[in-house]
Amino acid sequence: MRDVATLDIWIVLIGLGLGSFALRFVFLGIIGDRPMPPWVLRHLRYTAVAVLPGLVAPMVMWPPATGGTLDAPRLIAAAVTIIAGLVTRNVLAAILSGAAALYIMLYLLG
Amino acid sequence: MTPQTTKSTYWQGVRAGAPFILVLVPFALLFGVVATEAGFTVIETFAYSALVVAGAAQFTAVQLLSEHAPTLIIIATALAVNLRMAMYSASLTPHLGRAPLGKRALVAYLMVDQAYASAILEYERHPEWTVPQKLAFYFGAVTPLFPLWLTFTVVGAMVGNAIPPEFALDFAVPITFLAMIAPMLRTGAHVVAALVSITVSLALAFVPYSMGLLVAGAAGMIAGAQVELWMVRRGAVT
Repeated sequence: MRDVATLDIWIVLIGLGLGSFALRFVFLGIIGDRPMPPWVLRHLRYTAVAVLPGLVAPMVMWPPATGGTLDAPRLIAAAVTIIAGLVTRNVLAAILSGAAALYIMLYLLG
Repeated sequence: MTPQTTKSTYWQGVRAGAPFILVLVPFALLFGVVATEAGFTVIETFAYSALVVAGAAQFTAVQLLSEHAPTLIIIATALAVNLRMAMYSASLTPHLGRAPLGKRALVAYLMVDQAYASAILEYERHPEWTVPQKLAFYFGAVTPLFPLWLTFTVVGAMVGNAIPPEFALDFAVPITFLAMIAPMLRTGAHVVAALVSITVSLALAFVPYSMGLLVAGAAGMIAGAQVELWMVRRGAVT
């Protein structure tokens, strides 16, 4: 079964592919050695931490797999992932800790 | 010390990139699995990894596609996730800005967090390196990464459909993102940016088509920048 339209997949792919390349190429390819205004750099520094948490928060609070109700195993797994990531500063260690927490909690509570 | 050749800086790059294989392979597998769960074919999944070359933006796009958000919103949001690449591009420019255009384009295409982080660290350590030596290091760092990124995306896409729902793969995406976010929270400004983003995103969850996320992203960026300014004024950050 397919729940995403093929056309949408390809439109997003083309837009995102071209856009991502443009973002990577813009300074290196076009601007050259000219410096950027500090206020631009200051905002660019926070893009990843400003976008990703906002994307993830609703998935944690209202997971589609449980019909959108708050779910203890998933909430605990999310907390464990964040703590492991803060402590180890290692993406892979955080993913593995979160997955382990999710499976243990689903086994105990599910 | 003997002067380094482009060949030796290439191999130094390979050695710097190699440890990231451990992070990249599971991440590529996961993208393959998650994309097929959302209804992508193997070809479509491969095309995303080959043309976008950015895990976080790819996961964002797949998530929003399965929420049936309008394509323009999806592209804008996923590009916002990738805005940091513009920063990387800016910070590599003093080092690689004089390389031939074709090579600069290749550097741009292959720009991933790990390659950038390894490269900028070594460039600052070795200001005596020539542009060809710097390029060789960069291409060395992506050599072990990019082919595996593509290969394991396809492997993930092929095994994805064989995984039963008991494995709760729905939660693979949030866990992966949270695992990426936590190590980024280096300063108080980063933490404030993340908290503002979460608050605004949850408060605007009723807004259709994930448009609240764009507002949350902008609010988070402004909050981070303002906190940084305030910390600089207090002398907490040099």
